[in-house]
Amino acid sequence: MSTAPLLRRPFLRRQALPGRGLALGVTLMWLGGFILIPLAALALRPWEKGLPAIWEVLTEPRVLAGFRLSFGASALAALIAAPLGLLLAWVITRYRFPGRRSLDALIDLPFALPTAVAGLAMTAIFANNGWVGSLLEGWFGWKIAFTPAGVVVALVFVSLPFIARTVEPVLRDLPREAEEAAATLGATRLQTIRRVVLPALLPALITGFGLGFARAVGEYGSVIFIAGNMPMVSEILPLLIVVKLEQFDYAGAAAIGLAMLLAAFLILLALNLLQHGLRRGRP
Amino acid sequence: MSVRIAGVSRRFSGQAALDDVSLEVATGEFAALLGPSGSGKTTLLRVLAGLDFPDDGRIEIAGTDMARVPARERQVGVVFQHYALFRHMSVAENVAFGLKVRPRARRPDSAEINRRVRELLELVQIPELAARFPDQCSGGQRQRIALARALAIEPRLLLLDEPFAALDAVVRKEVRRWVRGLHDRLGITTILVTHDQEEALELADRVAVLERGRLAQFAAPATLLAEPATAFVAGFIGEACAIPARILHGRLDSPIPGLSTPAGWHDGAVRLFLRPHELLAEAGDGPALVRMIHPSLGAATRVVLELDGHTLEATVPPGAAVPERGGRAAIRASGAIAFAEDGMRARLVAGNLPAHASAP
Repeated sequence: MSTAPLLRRPFLRRQALPGRGLALGVTLMWLGGFILIPLAALALRPWEKGLPAIWEVLTEPRVLAGFRLSFGASALAALIAAPLGLLLAWVITRYRFPGRRSLDALIDLPFALPTAVAGLAMTAIFANNGWVGSLLEGWFGWKIAFTPAGVVVALVFVSLPFIARTVEPVLRDLPREAEEAAATLGATRLQTIRRVVLPALLPALITGFGLGFARAVGEYGSVIFIAGNMPMVSEILPLLIVVKLEQFDYAGAAAIGLAMLLAAFLILLALNLLQHGLRRGRP
Repeated sequence: MSVRIAGVSRRFSGQAALDDVSLEVATGEFAALLGPSGSGKTTLLRVLAGLDFPDDGRIEIAGTDMARVPARERQVGVVFQHYALFRHMSVAENVAFGLKVRPRARRPDSAEINRRVRELLELVQIPELAARFPDQCSGGQRQRIALARALAIEPRLLLLDEPFAALDAVVRKEVRRWVRGLHDRLGITTILVTHDQEEALELADRVAVLERGRLAQFAAPATLLAEPATAFVAGFIGEACAIPARILHGRLDSPIPGLSTPAGWHDGAVRLFLRPHELLAEAGDGPALVRMIHPSLGAATRVVLELDGHTLEATVPPGAAVPERGGRAAIRASGAIAFAEDGMRARLVAGNLPAHASAP
């Protein structure tokens, strides 16, 4: 038999630059072994007890409160971190000042630090006898540690680098000429930023927001110390999963996990579509 | 509006990008700033646009000193080298930008803005592109969009920063003529920045030649070619070969025979600049080696010669024998411009053969 018909199939055609087979193989193995199989296990686990049991777990008042806190605080944290991260990226890309490199390196610290360490440190600072916590309580009567506000503070900390690092390369590539053109056309600095700079950064900002939000939803280590973990008030979903596991309720834990996964996926998909819609006119 | 640049200097960390530059551009004139990269032409454009501020000197637009006024208050239109269009806005939105950002009291209503945008797009002959985005347009179209956007603010002065550099050769020539035609129709004072002398000489009424931050000469193209003020201008504008020579015992001692000695010059080194039509070559037993021949129809044949390690372009006068490639050629000069080391300049003419050539 001739091999000609085989070679004509586009997938098996000889490539001028070899390596596709190997690259594709490793990618698929990694995707399958580390992501799809565990996810499939997670998706299958809850059904052991049937749909009513899942429904029962997910509608527990404590779990519902956890959903509200986890997704609400994460969204709020990403919303707070977005302008902060943008400003941070702006400062390190646009200005030259002593200590710029150190600041640049500091941004990545939350990636490297075990978040539990950060959580402990923040708890110490924001507790009502800590440096910042005592001042805030003394001046404004605000309590941060052991309240939902503490959860938001911890989540801002973990989501900030995602936003700063997503916006930074786009900001670096943004041609200064566009801003100069706006100035010669009579725009004030504020008009230039609002009409020229921000629209150009918005897609990156939304992507960064999505990444920061996703990271915040899954965050565990830093939050459990500062949150105080009071049922119905400051319990996040990852904590509830751990609680269920400790009670050997694996199906219940998996049910919460699956619901989180689904919700996060839908939110990220929506952000992606929004981001895509903003890129009008681009090839 | 007229523009007067007086004693403008700009230094970047000790390095002078502009060094005491003064020039005046008349109302409605088309001027060009020409120079190699690093000559300060772009710095001068940015200083004129208000995107940079001079350390010293005055920038007068219509008689008012604008040296400290920021860009947005100058009403100076700029077409940037890479056009700097706003990629997230449609072509019409790009053109409307300068009108939309005006303070409310001076802002036309939206119907008026739309009418003006349509007018401007018709002026630059791309009305059909209004709804497109810059990334969907060709280089030539983008340049027209940038021009329409700059014209929307009714500029008192129009600055073009290497506006043709990003276009391919065929489009460039056509767009160049179109831009000059548009200038003649609108009468807006225009300053073009370019490193391409052909472009500057073809487009501009007067060309300012910049050399390392200093103004070497500001004159009409024909004057630059016929009477270059400095050796730099003579070598930079038009085709010319530079030949080192000297004055010895009151006579010109040059590797190329046939030139008069400048009157009243002292002994010392001089540099001769010869245009190809001023250097005549002919087949024969001469000092020059023939490297290349450009055959031509109608015009005289041009040859590339080598003489004492210098490459020269010469012309074979009509009727003379065309030398062969690789063969030898006799040469003589029919004219040249000479610069002495102290900056003295003289136009040399044919005749008065130097001593060694006139010896029997």
